[in-house]
Amino acid sequence: MSSADTTEEEAVPATDEAREQLLASITADLGEGVVGSHIRPGDDLWVRVDRDAWLDTARLLRTKLGFHYFSFISAIDWMPSPYGRSMDSRVDLVLEGVEAEEPQPIEQGVAGGDTRFQVFARVNNVVTNMGVTIKVDLPDDDLRVTTWVPVYPGANWHERECWEMFGIEFTGHPGLRHIYLPGAFEGNPMRKDYPLLARHVRPWPGIVDVEAMPGDDEVKS
Amino acid sequence: MTAISDQQQLSYIAAQAADARVNVEIESEGMTLNLGPQHPATHGTLRIVAKLDGEQVIKADPVMGYMHRGYEKLTEVRTYPQVTTLINRIDWLGSFANEVPFILAAEKLMEVEAPPRAQWIRTILFEMSRIANVVLFLGDMAVQVGAVTPVFFAFRDREHILNQMEAVTGGRFHPNFDRIGGLKDDLPAGWIDETHQVMKKMRRFCDEMENLVMGNEIFQARSRGIGVIPADVGLSYGLSGANIRASGVDYDLRRDNPCGMVHDQTDWKVWTHPDGDSFARFWVRLQEVRESTSIVDQLLRTMPSGPIMAKVPRIIKVPAGEAYVETENPLGAMGYYIVSKGDLVPFRVKIRSASFSNVSITPWLLQGVYVPDIITILGSLYFILGDIDR
Repeated sequence: MSSADTTEEEAVPATDEAREQLLASITADLGEGVVGSHIRPGDDLWVRVDRDAWLDTARLLRTKLGFHYFSFISAIDWMPSPYGRSMDSRVDLVLEGVEAEEPQPIEQGVAGGDTRFQVFARVNNVVTNMGVTIKVDLPDDDLRVTTWVPVYPGANWHERECWEMFGIEFTGHPGLRHIYLPGAFEGNPMRKDYPLLARHVRPWPGIVDVEAMPGDDEVKS
Repeated sequence: MTAISDQQQLSYIAAQAADARVNVEIESEGMTLNLGPQHPATHGTLRIVAKLDGEQVIKADPVMGYMHRGYEKLTEVRTYPQVTTLINRIDWLGSFANEVPFILAAEKLMEVEAPPRAQWIRTILFEMSRIANVVLFLGDMAVQVGAVTPVFFAFRDREHILNQMEAVTGGRFHPNFDRIGGLKDDLPAGWIDETHQVMKKMRRFCDEMENLVMGNEIFQARSRGIGVIPADVGLSYGLSGANIRASGVDYDLRRDNPCGMVHDQTDWKVWTHPDGDSFARFWVRLQEVRESTSIVDQLLRTMPSGPIMAKVPRIIKVPAGEAYVETENPLGAMGYYIVSKGDLVPFRVKIRSASFSNVSITPWLLQGVYVPDIITILGSLYFILGDIDR
């Protein structure tokens, strides 16, 4: 077992150097396109790119740097949930006299960020066994980014899922339609301000199967 | 909500038929075949809308979501130990393997490492869930070409593995056994000898399948040269696991990215096949089951003693950060991208399931194949609906 330990220790700085080299080659090609990056030595690499450089990043990774294997595309909504942790039902909170918490500021994670929504994707190089996570910031008033389908065809379904769950539009996508949810579904469930209704209980005695009618000023309880 | 009138429906059907009309010479009308959602080949409820020209598929469009349970949203309101209960249900045939990447990602953020014995048992159970899962594929693939007997053999022999899993974890299908920093319990007495016997039985099952199915003339005629995936196409669609190894790509995360498990302590081989067809995918999986039994045997012999749980706090708060861990699950590469804000619950969990990417190649792959081959191709891609819909 001791031999395994020593090889591991030797391996960590080696792969780290490789990741720095990889980051340098990405930066050399994209130039201003790279706005942030983070390396966890011997483990992982994050690169945050400009929205205009999103598709170029995919092309660069696939054609020049050998990242042939497409892992996934998804998004993160960095806004803290206005419903708290949703762990405790609202009834309990009211009974215990807990005040509603002040909304927390948005804090982005690894490799930084400026906006509420971030799209992130991951690709792997099957020869060097390195993976890289690419992030891109999307401004709130214009949730659009170019599609990766021309470069990685596998992005098709991932982008459809991301579109229906977060409401992020992928321009140039061949068929942006619902993948999991029924066609008439409204809203974007994975956004933090979309409540998980299973965790929100109405106060006892509650209203059973009776919704407020139009014209009713307040709900009778 | 949106009621479809007869008129709308008729015009829809007419549009579909006109769309599918390609055989200009004989002016044959195209036809839309709706395969599923309930079909034995779909391992659940996958629906495939295929536009046909005679016997040939022009366009295939998989429709899913019949089993979408919204795990990514549900994980955001559950503590880390609670999440493993949910993610057990993603790939329900190899449940233990689902927990491992999530636990490893959380361990990476917490910077704890399971003690050696826990890593050993984790790897053993990981490989055993692979056997339990893939054994069923070996039987099921024969059903897709019309041979019903092998699947009963598969169910019979899988029971041995499930019994062993049950003896350790208490659950046949959903063990919920992996913990951050180790495992819930140690192995029961006598388990190691029993498992050696079971591995012997599984190897016998593999021999049986090789004779019954792989050597069968009909099976070979139905699977050789059918559904060929070139390596670069497969990679760009995100195919992983045996599907990509059957296209000649020598990529196995157990060897290439050994994280938190001890596959590197054993002597084993990554099997690849150059053909990339349905037969190759069956062949690679059959070899993998054999390889897994050998990994389990070796690990059982070399298992160290010691604790099975590292020192972790009673109430688990994962430090802020992001981590992605991908492991080689029975169906392919499965990964969890955890975003933590230092709370009891994860802020965001992206579940990268293998089958979702594996099936996303079907619109490309099913173009131009004949209708009976849809079934064998879907069968050989091997997906579990829970793994697609999450």
